[in-house]
Amino acid sequence: MTIPVKVRVNGTLHEESLEPRVLLVHFLRDVCGLTGTHVGCESSICGACTVLIDGQAVKSCTLLAVQADGSEVQTIEGLATDGELHPVQQGFWECHGLQCGYCTPGMIMSGVQLLDRDPKPSRDDIRHGLEGNLCRCTGYGHIIDAIEHAAKQGGRSWRR
Amino acid sequence: MAKVKEKPYFGRAMKRVEDPRLIKGIATYVDDIDLVGMLHAAILRSPHAHARVSSIDTEAAKSHPGVVRVLTGADVNPHCGTIPCASPLPGQNSPDHTVLAGDRVYFVGHPVVVVVAKDKYAARDALDLIEVDYDPLEAVIDPERALEKDSPLTHPDLGTNHAFTWSVGDDPTKLLEQADHIIKVRMVHQRLTPMAIEPRGCVASWDEGQGFLTLWTSTQVPHLVRTLLPGLVGAEENKTRIIAPEVGGGFGSKLQVYAEEVLACHLSRRLGAPVKWIEGRRENAAATIHGRDQIGTYEVGVKKDGTVLAVRSHTIADLGSYLQLLTPAVPTLTGLMLGGCYKIKGVRMDVVGVHTNKMATDAYRGAGRPEAAYAIERLMDIVADELGLDPVAVRLKNMPKPREFPFNTATGLTYDSGNYQRALKEAQRLAGWNALLKQRDRARKAGRLFGVGVSTYVEICALGPSKIMAAGGWEWGSVKIELSGKVTIATGVTPHGQGQETSFAQIAADRLSIPIDDITIYSGDTATSHFGRDTYGSRATALGGTAIVLSIDKVIEKGKAIAALLLQSKPKKMEFKAGSFFVKGRKRNALGWAEIATEAYIAKNIPAGFEPGLEASSFFEPPNCTYPFGTHIVAVEIDRDTGQVKILKYVAVDDCGKQVNPLLVEGQVQGGVLQAIGHALMEQTVYDESGQLLTGEFMDYPLPRASDAPEYVIGSTETPSPSNPLGVKGVGEAGTIGATPAVANAVIDALSPLGVRHVDIPLTPERVWRVIQAAESHPPVSLMVPDEDRKGGRK
Repeated sequence: MTIPVKVRVNGTLHEESLEPRVLLVHFLRDVCGLTGTHVGCESSICGACTVLIDGQAVKSCTLLAVQADGSEVQTIEGLATDGELHPVQQGFWECHGLQCGYCTPGMIMSGVQLLDRDPKPSRDDIRHGLEGNLCRCTGYGHIIDAIEHAAKQGGRSWRR
Repeated sequence: MAKVKEKPYFGRAMKRVEDPRLIKGIATYVDDIDLVGMLHAAILRSPHAHARVSSIDTEAAKSHPGVVRVLTGADVNPHCGTIPCASPLPGQNSPDHTVLAGDRVYFVGHPVVVVVAKDKYAARDALDLIEVDYDPLEAVIDPERALEKDSPLTHPDLGTNHAFTWSVGDDPTKLLEQADHIIKVRMVHQRLTPMAIEPRGCVASWDEGQGFLTLWTSTQVPHLVRTLLPGLVGAEENKTRIIAPEVGGGFGSKLQVYAEEVLACHLSRRLGAPVKWIEGRRENAAATIHGRDQIGTYEVGVKKDGTVLAVRSHTIADLGSYLQLLTPAVPTLTGLMLGGCYKIKGVRMDVVGVHTNKMATDAYRGAGRPEAAYAIERLMDIVADELGLDPVAVRLKNMPKPREFPFNTATGLTYDSGNYQRALKEAQRLAGWNALLKQRDRARKAGRLFGVGVSTYVEICALGPSKIMAAGGWEWGSVKIELSGKVTIATGVTPHGQGQETSFAQIAADRLSIPIDDITIYSGDTATSHFGRDTYGSRATALGGTAIVLSIDKVIEKGKAIAALLLQSKPKKMEFKAGSFFVKGRKRNALGWAEIATEAYIAKNIPAGFEPGLEASSFFEPPNCTYPFGTHIVAVEIDRDTGQVKILKYVAVDDCGKQVNPLLVEGQVQGGVLQAIGHALMEQTVYDESGQLLTGEFMDYPLPRASDAPEYVIGSTETPSPSNPLGVKGVGEAGTIGATPAVANAVIDALSPLGVRHVDIPLTPERVWRVIQAAESHPPVSLMVPDEDRKGGRK
């Protein structure tokens, strides 16, 4: 059995017929070919698969693609505009906010939501806001610097 | 060519050239690879720690839609070699490690059956249709119990759980007899799970026409895999290409040849199609190597003034059921480094390696050195506590002076360079030492549990000279000046987050005087990096960086030969400076790289006997390892009601010799420190008494989160290493070695007013709370051995 699904991903409309059990992260990776969203735990804990659905950060490894029907999904690939990095991406680059890079797309998407909700977070607010994303490389210090750096650049909403 | 900037790149905090692809989500990790006709493998694993496999029924799985093949150990093992251990110890008793389980399973997570299907959903579905009948057997879990005569056996065929006994250092009995005091402690160093955020995975592709095997695998060591794997699957080394694409964290857990890699290669050859296998998180927790897991008893002989005469340890290392690549080597590193950064005349460690029905332990970030640093740094605090001395004073009393380097240790190592006192002083300055102690005094007067901890550590890095390594400790690199003047560099090390695409380009840009943007670094592919010993043991920059420098110098010599001909001079009279070749003293008539490269490749105007081209490669064989060191200072406060530890201050001063890129050094230190905070306060791999893994995912195995991260105060001192021309020492593991004892010392210092002398890590809220409860109702117990109990008495 398949179910028709209409999802706009990074501005492009995808109309597919999917098995209802297909996870959103597999839809994005295997159907849309957007492999920037990573799978780290398949249990909503590590946050490597974080994407924005209608502006809300969600973990796409425990959401079914059919649940995203009719919504607008933004992944890491859709964050830069016309080759210009999003301030959060730029912050990660400037502040060495990544090492192996595997958690990074999810971490950046959570950072985008964090600044959307609170454009001027304190360092402790950032720590709290990123609790749903695990990183084993950086010790988070440079990630917190990166979000602070982005906040100083004025952030930028996920909406264009 | 663009004008060269005057300021050197070496030493500059630069952002990384590898980052854009990673922050845009367009980098390629192994799970992102998709090949035409690719099949997907999924593995059924043992739910038992020890059991006899009485039957396996795969019929239903085989007929599941989309399933291509279902294979058991009986089908696969006869066609594959066994998984190698590269570091066996003399007289070692260890079992053959087959790719899939045979008629027994030896740990939870042991691979039993593999399903190959057209898509990953079908493969996983089919796992549920396989019926395996197990007869559970008694599991060996406690390594001390495992050594008792009536213990059940991990591997009944071996007839023993004892894998090896290994010793280092002379017998220190006489030194212990001369001591004023003997202090005896037992310390249990818990098992840890590395938990890289990217699980393992691989794609194997066998080209039947060419008899050629390509394996993309999430590994730190593609070159070691190319050396060891082909023979296990009937491939030829010279027809095998191993590619490490982007690797999402290793921490030693991907320093292996794993059964699943061998399996994927065999399946691809057998089925005539590319095969992908991607590990799930639960598989990663159960069947990717674990780390640490030692139980040690330590005797310290000390004089009244705090001079440590000798340390003797008997250590039991829990190896797990099978040996992986470096399993036996890890506790030997603990023994070699047990004396820490101190002048201790007698250091002796006897290690007994024990098989248990658990996953193998192996080289988890630090690999044996964290265990050594933790032991000696805890012992220094315990000595100070028992003798009523200042822990910093005890450390200073026992450290070698800077002029005593190179310093020979009681375990036979030669520490290359060091100034331990300077790093300590710098850390005290950054921590505001005196004010911090006053803050502690005030807090204690108010009845609060406030502690300050110090660790002064040394580690062994840049592994290492070939004579001490299992299979070559050299490193390789090549440098090619292209006809266009651009530079192509290949390195034999395999970065997976450490940033050598940037730091190696910095090194090369200076030495060649070529803009950094014109340099590209290749790594991780055995077809382009022709030789290599890869990335582990904080070796990449010291060894891989040096191999590049040696190659650059050869290329410059070739350049001089061409320039001499063109300038009608002799190579000996040529000078290379700031990107120009010229006759000494005649700088106005200079040639640049572009002109030299053009001549080298067009090859019409080259000296007689000159080999065309402008490239060179080098193997660097280091004369010694490097010995980075440092001081970490931590202040903590404990919530008396909950046992929760809060880190109030974290200061790390690390001396990794010359720093190529201080921003990347800081990243390595911060990451290592938090990993060590997890080690000291939270993380522990737990098997229950029947061998069930209770920490099989992130829900049960706590990785530090952003809210656990302190504000890091990072400093450094610089004592160049004489072991390589760059003067670098390595920094990849410093945090995980220096930080764990500093945090533990701080927590135990906070508990010391209650009479607490030692508590084993992890210092979880529950454990700390229980210690507080017990201490409040029991008098303190000294760890000093009473005179009347000392064998042989005092001399």
